[in-house]
Amino acid sequence: MYRYDEFDQTLINERAIQFRRQIARRLAGDIDEDQFKPLRLMNGLYLQLHAYMLRINVPYGCLSANQLRRLAHIARRYDKGFGHFTTRQNIQFNWISLTDAADIMVELAEVQMNTIQSSGNCVRNITADHYAGRARDEIEDPRVWCELLRQYSVLHPEFSYLPRKFKLALTGSPHDRAAVAVHDIGLRLHHDIRGRPGFEVIVGGGQGRTPVIGNTIRQWIEPRHVISYVEAILRIYNLYGRRDNIFKARIKILVNAIGADKFRKLVDTEWEQIRDTDLQVSTAEFERINAHFLPPDYENLTDQDDELATIRTQEPAFDAWMCSNVAGHKVPGYAIVNISLKAPGRIPGDISANKMEHVAELADQFSFGELRVNHRQNLTFVDVRQVDLHCLWKQLVALELATANIGLASDIITCPGLDYCSLANARSIPIAQDLGLHFTNSGKLQQVGNLTINISGCVNACGHHHVGNIGILGVNKRGKEYFQLTLGGSADEHASLGIRLGRGLPRAEVPGAIERIVDTYLATRLDSETFLSTYERIGIEPFRKAVYDPVNPSRRVA
Amino acid sequence: MAKILIANRLSDGLVVFYAADGSWVESITDGQLSYDDATADHLLAAGLADERDNQIIDPCLIEVTENDGKLIPVDLREVIRAHGPTIAVDRTI
Repeated sequence: MYRYDEFDQTLINERAIQFRRQIARRLAGDIDEDQFKPLRLMNGLYLQLHAYMLRINVPYGCLSANQLRRLAHIARRYDKGFGHFTTRQNIQFNWISLTDAADIMVELAEVQMNTIQSSGNCVRNITADHYAGRARDEIEDPRVWCELLRQYSVLHPEFSYLPRKFKLALTGSPHDRAAVAVHDIGLRLHHDIRGRPGFEVIVGGGQGRTPVIGNTIRQWIEPRHVISYVEAILRIYNLYGRRDNIFKARIKILVNAIGADKFRKLVDTEWEQIRDTDLQVSTAEFERINAHFLPPDYENLTDQDDELATIRTQEPAFDAWMCSNVAGHKVPGYAIVNISLKAPGRIPGDISANKMEHVAELADQFSFGELRVNHRQNLTFVDVRQVDLHCLWKQLVALELATANIGLASDIITCPGLDYCSLANARSIPIAQDLGLHFTNSGKLQQVGNLTINISGCVNACGHHHVGNIGILGVNKRGKEYFQLTLGGSADEHASLGIRLGRGLPRAEVPGAIERIVDTYLATRLDSETFLSTYERIGIEPFRKAVYDPVNPSRRVA
Repeated sequence: MAKILIANRLSDGLVVFYAADGSWVESITDGQLSYDDATADHLLAAGLADERDNQIIDPCLIEVTENDGKLIPVDLREVIRAHGPTIAVDRTI
């Protein structure tokens, strides 16, 4: 993974010093909250319902074991002993004192981490496929480009005050695990007909109150031009994006307002002015960064299918975990292992300091001391020897971190909701807990198969409800929490937005409604059809009828 | 309906309530209640003064009910602010 050079380190160190002075001026009353708020937000410090919340960047999801240990230390020393991984591959702490914030920045800087631009109207943490560099289906590793774009966008003076926040996501695989179509800019590495790598550029995707699947404004652009092209997009957005209305300020609104064709023309005209400047990535610069992403020292191994098959036959629980949590690796004899943070009844994405330390030990022991945070709020070891899989699984079982549900109905994306967030209208975590227990107790998890359920506590959609196969949106009606269901969303390479099923339901009726939706799917699916395929074939009406059947109590809704 | 003045303390961000002695306390039970507009106006004025004095942020009056000596905000959001997340904060997760 990338290691800071002296420039990165100096910048981060100086930032901590600067923030310490800003905090001191605020506490002394030299600046008021209106003046201080933009400064703290640019350093990832929010004021939430209970206290200050600190959001720490995990660049494109890559984390070292030592960094995770430092996060555990921060959780224990400065917070309540746990952290929360988010859909943007970041981690958040919920009870941070303003008087500790600068010390935490110093602690983070010591392990080459920071909080810069994890909030504010600027380019946020760049996210990526958590299997980057390891996936069997990958065409090109996007992490070099993630890092180049990170360095380019951090404290960029021209783009520090955009009309609104700005999110980039990258993938290098045909199967999109990074939800690139619902980001302000999505970049997909692929090959053109001559076999040359290049980026498809998708612009203006997003969720929130106006969900949009992004438009491809360029099918293929040489990677060396990707920074200049991103700059051209940012410039057009910075120039024409609305600043008069916060709800109309994202780039998706601009692209929709003027049309993708006109937007592309504006970008291309701008790009022609800057494409051959210093923004072009030289071979030397590419190689300098790429040196950080060279493969680890793999052993010459062979796949262990037969050996593992024997153990899987003997141990059904291991077999279930292998089926759902382990993915193929491009190097023979290795595997990708997902660690679910969605044990039934627990809080999705939360992990205690103790478990962070245990996971760090396991990363050292089994995966070259590195791990990934993925946007579905789980952790991933990307370089596990197949001969170690059973041993790793046993250790994860002992830690209660071997829940075999990756991609299944209880692997639920959940925003913090009204239990923590000052923007939320309803609580989302209890719904996830109810559903996780419900599916686990029903024994239907394996039968249902892959199904994404995403929950947001408000229209800002941090829980990605628009792109869940089943989406759940918490709303507040006359002071009471209700939950609207959407069906048919998807965040992959066939990205789609869910359609609203009907009236909102009170919390107690949500698990039953979800069960009737799932039962309708099970009763009508053909062969191995996925939920989404069945939904596309039979439409929304059978599901609507199942939920809002006249004899069902769920009609008693506001 | 009774009202109480709630805010976040500047130094650590914790939720605090204005008490009868003019201090800010972490327990809603120790906060000063107002039962009339004049008292509520007085509380809010004091809170705004303390905000200007950089002690607290965003003071606002919220409605509360009294039940068996326990103060429960009317709005769920304020219940959660006053009493913490409704979910078990499980450090063994």
